[in-house]
Amino acid sequence: MLTYEIVVIGGGPAGLAAAIEAKKNGIESILIIERDGELGGILQQCIHNGFGLHVFKEELTGPEYAEKFIHELKQMGIAYKLDTMVLDINKDKEIHAINTIDGFMTIKAGAVILAMGCRERTRGAINIPGTRPAGIYTAGTAQRFVNMEGHKVGKRVVILGSGDIGLIMARRMTLEGAKVLAVVELMPFSGGLTRNIVQCLEDYNIPLLLSHTLTEIRGKDRVEGIVIAKVDENKKIIPGTEQEFDCDTLLLSVGLIPENELSYNAGIELDPITYGPTVNEAMETSVEGIFACGNVVHVHDLVDFVTQESRRAGKNAAGYIKKEIKKESQTVHTHPEKGIRYIVPQRVRIANVGQKLDLFMRVDNVYQDVYMVVKINDKEIKRIKKKHLAPGEMESLEIQKDDLVCEEGSMISILLEKEGA
Amino acid sequence: MKSKEIICIVCPNGCYLEIEKKGDEYVVRGNKCPRGKIYGVKELTNPTRVVTTTVKIKDGKLKMLPVKTRDPIPKNKISACMRAVDKIEVKPPISVGDVLVQNIAGTHVDLIASRSV
Repeated sequence: MLTYEIVVIGGGPAGLAAAIEAKKNGIESILIIERDGELGGILQQCIHNGFGLHVFKEELTGPEYAEKFIHELKQMGIAYKLDTMVLDINKDKEIHAINTIDGFMTIKAGAVILAMGCRERTRGAINIPGTRPAGIYTAGTAQRFVNMEGHKVGKRVVILGSGDIGLIMARRMTLEGAKVLAVVELMPFSGGLTRNIVQCLEDYNIPLLLSHTLTEIRGKDRVEGIVIAKVDENKKIIPGTEQEFDCDTLLLSVGLIPENELSYNAGIELDPITYGPTVNEAMETSVEGIFACGNVVHVHDLVDFVTQESRRAGKNAAGYIKKEIKKESQTVHTHPEKGIRYIVPQRVRIANVGQKLDLFMRVDNVYQDVYMVVKINDKEIKRIKKKHLAPGEMESLEIQKDDLVCEEGSMISILLEKEGA
Repeated sequence: MKSKEIICIVCPNGCYLEIEKKGDEYVVRGNKCPRGKIYGVKELTNPTRVVTTTVKIKDGKLKMLPVKTRDPIPKNKISACMRAVDKIEVKPPISVGDVLVQNIAGTHVDLIASRSV
């Protein structure tokens, strides 16, 4: 049996940052397990720029961002296994993994950091009716085909869903010579970052059809066309608004889901909104000594925030090994109220909060000129004015330690209030 | 001149900018940082973008090398840049930041590698 102080599952941006930070905090024996043939995760196929503005104060492409961490990791001599699949983990922090060199392995860890990331929702997840021809891809799959494997995915393309990957792919396919006919979005607003709507759609005159959905896919062997229709405020199709597109390719950018089969089978509690593990202030899951960070916890818009969160997880996992984390403490819960979908972390042990507590959240709709209000047991402790909030953009706020006047079982709630209400 | 509203794309903050021409001067409002002001004026006078794409790798384990223009190039040069990139094939070893083409499509900007292979 192999033994490590910390085992990190996943060698993408979250796993890399967590491992490096654990090493910086004095942990010598660390192993990263990665199922792909190289480190870097999804960043390697995200060849567009816009990464690193917070962490490095410069604008990098995905591969450049990954390379900085991979370089640092190798310099530090942190061990990693590629092409290695983790089969399961358990509450005793034993990991079963397999690859073609070592065969089947049992690895015992002092602490585990889950950094498996997320995966795309597929056609099945949104129940699109119709035939099943070739030419239907998730946007990320198409991105990998185009950017890493050098395939042309299609010539006339419609993209369903206006998440960031869909927007990025609209531009990418256009630059590669395809005609992107439209980006179709069910909601009355886009789920992507505003800058991506400007530089990926407006720059190339690609129409964004809000409050529209797909009603039919045509074609037997290959996509021959699709039909879309307008929806009303209840997302019900409005008859008579159907529009046909003659296309050979349909890309789906309809959301990301944290990948948590391993966590679920290990008996780790999952949040029904984020689909990721519930975590405490140390990014520790409901199972002691198993930490989680990055998109496996909740889907982030920016890799910079994944890095920051993962550094916290790596530092705290190191603290756990060194027995520096206070297990006995008053524990309070965070609670999303009006306008807020979820808050991470879900639990906070007050004794481990440094000078401030950082909370991360998403809103449930587009809001203008509202206050984000923080309450502890119904007593307001903070109020922040927000000019523009959207579900596609993660929000964060700080609570100063001095404001955290709580007792066991207290509730920190966050809600939105209209200006002047 | 009437003021023009645009969204800043310098960083993911996506500030809503309001730009007004007063004589020869441009007044930018709504920017959270100085870069937003520079972007706003540039977007009205000479809009530019960084182009990111891939080039073929000869005899490598990887098939495609991600590349980018080192600096933003004028928007109207993007398709000329893509046509120039299409003709390139590279051979490893390549380090991140290596110049692959100088002055791509007459933009005075170099095309550089986005990763090492």
